[in-house]
Amino acid sequence: MVSTSEILSTLKMIDKQKLDVRTITMGISLFGCVSDDEKRLCDNVYDHITKTAGNLVKVGEEIEREFGVPIVNKRISVTPAALVTGGIKNPVSLARALDRAAREVGVNFIGGYSALVQKGITRADRAVMESIPEALSTTEFLCSSVNVGTTRAGIDMDAVKMMGKIIKETSLRTADRGGLGCAKLVVFTNAVEDNPFMAGAFHGPGEGDSAVSVGVSGPGVVKNALEHVKGEKFDVVAETIKRTAFRITRIGQLVAMEASRRLNVPFGIVDLSLAPTPAVGDSVAAILEEMGLECCGTHGTTAALALLNDAVKKGGVMASSHVGGLSGAFIPVSEDIGMIHAAEKGALTLDKLEAMTCVCSVGLDMIAVPGDTSAETISAIIADESAIGMINNKTVAVRVIPVPGKNVGDSVEFGGLLGYAPIMPIHPFSSSEFVNRGGRIPAPLHSLRN
Amino acid sequence: MNEMKKAVVTVLGIDRKGIIAHVSNILLHHDANILDINQTVVSEYFNMVLIADISSDACSFSALSDALTKLGQELGLQIRVQRSEIFEAMYRV
Repeated sequence: MVSTSEILSTLKMIDKQKLDVRTITMGISLFGCVSDDEKRLCDNVYDHITKTAGNLVKVGEEIEREFGVPIVNKRISVTPAALVTGGIKNPVSLARALDRAAREVGVNFIGGYSALVQKGITRADRAVMESIPEALSTTEFLCSSVNVGTTRAGIDMDAVKMMGKIIKETSLRTADRGGLGCAKLVVFTNAVEDNPFMAGAFHGPGEGDSAVSVGVSGPGVVKNALEHVKGEKFDVVAETIKRTAFRITRIGQLVAMEASRRLNVPFGIVDLSLAPTPAVGDSVAAILEEMGLECCGTHGTTAALALLNDAVKKGGVMASSHVGGLSGAFIPVSEDIGMIHAAEKGALTLDKLEAMTCVCSVGLDMIAVPGDTSAETISAIIADESAIGMINNKTVAVRVIPVPGKNVGDSVEFGGLLGYAPIMPIHPFSSSEFVNRGGRIPAPLHSLRN
Repeated sequence: MNEMKKAVVTVLGIDRKGIIAHVSNILLHHDANILDINQTVVSEYFNMVLIADISSDACSFSALSDALTKLGQELGLQIRVQRSEIFEAMYRV
């Protein structure tokens, strides 16, 4: 049996260092719901989700109570909408059905209003993409994502160009909420099929009928562990993070297995991510600063993040039977109090964030930019980030929010876990001719293997 | 015979008479068997970790948890009960 000091140490992690399981996400395949009748498709989807995930929230709360560890979110991810809407004209009706189902089962978000267009755009993909602004501005729980590139297919620059416009329009349609719709819209390259984190979660076509996946968290626990090794060499820092990540992930694995058993749904994966929240003591930036940086974003930040990201994976991978999703440290600016302060001070810039995304999970995440940023500039930001993902064989995402009516010096409040963000400056020079070329950036050559 | 299910009860707060008596009374009432108790008082702060066998069919985890939470509110103490697996998972490979 564990010792008293270990028990008290766990309680301290939960109470003081904000250790939690960030999400239990149930992936549900919608392939069995397909119909060329719009109403029948929507009814099938609603019925299937409410039946499959009917107990998700209840079981999540039971586990939370019995094990005494907070499970912050319960979510659903579904098959990308464009894969099941080929037979109907207006995919927004599906968006509303998904939203109604999410409300009925009581989850925080439902993800999968998505299209995978890395190589080309089908009629159904286009219909879903073009309807994203309407879908996100008329629903409450729905999240959307579009995959515009992969290492094997290259980058679909036609899709990148479209997404700049779609992000702008989504922002304008949700202008009364600071462009909040864009916080629920992710543009991916190398999207994974089993990501439990929002807004980019979808249940990939290679997945089974359903699966339960868990996303762990715990930046505060890692930061606290590093406070005990002040001034030690990086070898010690890496070992300390690995040990901490192992413990955090074991909780995730335990919760995932328990949820899978109680819901009678197969266990999918544990996502080994350090996901910050705007709460004090729950910051990834604070971990980097604990390593010895005066402010996140200064020189050394990329190296610190690389060490952190790698050590989290090394520690977590042995703690779980199946690791997947995004697995790494997240750096969403508005959701991390340390990142917010660093951006406010001007220490953290978009260019530095881009460099940081080369060595950590995800990408340019929850970044507020001036409302008058052009669609072409947003597309160019997406193209840069996609190139990083494509060349480095990693998942990257862009979740930028052009905030209507706001400029550098202002800030925007999204509320809750989405936090608040200072408007960050962008380059004033045009990328319009570049973006308007369209076509595809060819897949990269990785090596001459034979 | 069911595999033994264990719960960890932790009590934190200002010391007063009868804390252990109250907690153990609730455990008895819910058919839980105390396996181990570790208790200290450091400058008036009472700190107890108790491990109990809750395998009995007559023991409902949620009823036990509710009763202990209620007791905590009455006595002005933080009392919680958790399944032991969470601690074992974190500290044992």
